[in-house]
Amino acid sequence: MADSVDISKGLPPNPEKATLEGQNKFLGFWVFLGGETIMFATFFGTYLGLRGGTADGPTSADVFSLPLVFIMTMILLTSSLTSVLAMFAMKKNNFKALMGWMWVTVLLGAAFLGLEIFEFYEYSVHYGLGYTTSAFASSFYTLVGLHGAHVLFGLGWITTLLVRYRKSGITLTNAPKFYVASLYWHFIDVVWVFIFTVVYLMGVGV
Amino acid sequence: MADTTVKTSEKSVLWDWLTTVDHKKLAVLYLLAGALFFVKAGIMALFMRIQLMFPENTFVTGQTFNELITMHGTIMLFLAATPLIFAFMNFVVPLQIGARDVAFPFVNALGFWIFFFGGLLLSLSWFFGGGPDAGWTNYVPLSSREYGHLGIDFYVLGLQVSGIGTLVSGINFIVTIVNMRAPGMTMMRLPLFCWTTLVTSILIVFAFTPLAAGLALIMLDRVFGGQFFITELGGNVVLWQHIFWIFGHPEVYILVLPAFGIISEVIPAFSRKRLFGYTAMVFATLVIAFLGFMVWVHHMFTVGVGPIANSVFAIATMAIAVPTGIKIFNWLFTMWGGKITFNTAMLCASSFVPTFVLGGVTGVMLAMAPVDHLYHDTYFVVAHFHYIIIGGIILGLFAGLFYWYPKMFGHHLNEKLGMLTFWLMYIGFHMTFFIQHILGLIGMPRRVYTYLEGQGMATMNMVSTIGTFIMGAAVIVLVINHVYSAYKSEKVTVRNPWGARTLEWSTQTPVPEYNFAQTPQVRSLDPVFYEKVHGDGNMKPAEPLDDIHMPNGSIYPFTIALGLFIMGFGIIMFNMDNPIIPPLAVTIIGGVVVFGSMFLHSIKEDHGYNIPVERVKEELDKEVG
Repeated sequence: MADSVDISKGLPPNPEKATLEGQNKFLGFWVFLGGETIMFATFFGTYLGLRGGTADGPTSADVFSLPLVFIMTMILLTSSLTSVLAMFAMKKNNFKALMGWMWVTVLLGAAFLGLEIFEFYEYSVHYGLGYTTSAFASSFYTLVGLHGAHVLFGLGWITTLLVRYRKSGITLTNAPKFYVASLYWHFIDVVWVFIFTVVYLMGVGV
Repeated sequence: MADTTVKTSEKSVLWDWLTTVDHKKLAVLYLLAGALFFVKAGIMALFMRIQLMFPENTFVTGQTFNELITMHGTIMLFLAATPLIFAFMNFVVPLQIGARDVAFPFVNALGFWIFFFGGLLLSLSWFFGGGPDAGWTNYVPLSSREYGHLGIDFYVLGLQVSGIGTLVSGINFIVTIVNMRAPGMTMMRLPLFCWTTLVTSILIVFAFTPLAAGLALIMLDRVFGGQFFITELGGNVVLWQHIFWIFGHPEVYILVLPAFGIISEVIPAFSRKRLFGYTAMVFATLVIAFLGFMVWVHHMFTVGVGPIANSVFAIATMAIAVPTGIKIFNWLFTMWGGKITFNTAMLCASSFVPTFVLGGVTGVMLAMAPVDHLYHDTYFVVAHFHYIIIGGIILGLFAGLFYWYPKMFGHHLNEKLGMLTFWLMYIGFHMTFFIQHILGLIGMPRRVYTYLEGQGMATMNMVSTIGTFIMGAAVIVLVINHVYSAYKSEKVTVRNPWGARTLEWSTQTPVPEYNFAQTPQVRSLDPVFYEKVHGDGNMKPAEPLDDIHMPNGSIYPFTIALGLFIMGFGIIMFNMDNPIIPPLAVTIIGGVVVFGSMFLHSIKEDHGYNIPVERVKEELDKEVG
């Protein structure tokens, strides 16, 4: 179907949904995110059910440090903003800005991931909250670690796209790919907002 | 677009089937794989029934019996019923909506191979100290690291892998049905089988993900020392039951809704009437799917979640009887006054109705929380869900098999042998399971490998076992039928051998790889019948004859699935006593294969190939000649 779109007068206003393939990717990815939401919901439920089960180990109020988490949150929210700016650039057919904002997104994501690894290191080494310490510890590391794994996968994904299409310009083939990757990034961001609220704010007893 | 035309005949047969992304070939693969697992789990059922033939029988030990019940249930649901249903979904849905293929042909192949390797991983458990033995529900603490042996790891990783396959296939079907419909095929003109496929796929997306999460928790507990289910360290064992049944109850509807869809295709075709109450059928399907997520606690009435929760879930459960009843009456009214042909497909479809009602009625009985304390974990439950699964899903699958077989393979299955299969199955099934209601009511517990003399259970168990043998004979006749028909049946060359009403019957038999030479213009529900009455009997084309663009095959689905298999096995090896190769190395190798294949697939631009218009015309002419 890609061949039926006339691009002699430049890209259509929504290049990510101009082809049937693009539309399929778009819808398929939304459905996938629906499934991911339920999976995260299950881990959230597990955490909520087990967060009191500290078994003489450290409790959430003992270990969580809100300033660090606040910085992480701000970094990740900003990265979501830069990926939106990249999508605006894509719709205006500004390839350079698209690439630039996407690279900024990757850098911010990497910074977030670095801080998260530092956070886990702090908790496990200085506070004695190992993965096997208690049900609370297991469910905390699993939920937040799964989010971290998603960030890592997103970084690999976006970097692959950026390297592969570094010279191609915006086409009807790669527009849906960038768009879907940015959807994924927003999803990661939304999950983090819930983690911030449910895990950290509720954890320190606000 | 690439001009190269690769004909499938240029590839070797094996390579062609390993790399195919054609939904029709994948349907055949699903059918074969599903049939193999079906026979395997059926033989396990025979072993269990032989063990229960006499009081205090010693055919198998208690441990083996536990492994048999677990594997029978797990395989039948995940690796037999699901792929058999997927076989029909794959073959029929693109044809019924007038599409050339599914939305993501690559993902379709990926789904099949991941499911298949997941099934192999689970089956490998027999060679490493015995199958899982905690029941298909795998309750902790039976499956915890303290009590469960290595078989449980195979259960967890095998289902984790095959679940990924099911999940991506589900997403694929949703997008296919929403985005790939032919012009004029509005949502309310979709055949009911497509509707049930759509709804089932939605259920898969929202039910298999909690299962994946739950299985991950058990894996983390068993392999990496998590404490989710260890009560001494703050864990909670009921958590698993909740997660499992949040998946497990919708799973029932994942399997039975497509069977409903098949029945809703077969009954109108052989009653020579349109489906009664189409709109009501669609909405009943949606209501069943919605309520299916609201009732999981009815599996846990005896756990002690409290009277209020029990009441709410009991009422929600009973409410499902309403949309199901709507369906039952619609099937009856479709047959009412029709010119019914009782061939094998129709016999299976029409006898589905009363057997399914029996299963539904016992379901409402089980939904009453107070009396459920009497039924719980007795043979009454076993009888109930086998009425749903065999009387519902298997009869539906048999109906679909006989109905779509000529389109899939170009010849009919033999009718006489088919009738024999049906009657053996029907009699054997009722003989096996009706009596188990009574066994349950007099107190025979399920999942127990023997019983004592003088408890009044010996005769009924014997009758039940004889019924199982009759069902086994039915399946043997069905297998013979396939071989016999392949040699003896006449070729079907007409497009619509049954005089059926939906779009899959408007294309050539056997179906060309591009499905439709020209995408059809749909003008009504039951489009083929509509064109017969209001048109010239042929579908109006929605596009001129032209080159047809098709996707290339790919080996990456196979290698990605293989990588997941290696990864899963590597994780299981962590729990082996003395693995020869370091488990971490195996896991990493698997990961490299998975992500390497994904990476190679994503950087390789693949434009597919064009089938020239001359060849399409040639094949059309061949049919007329």
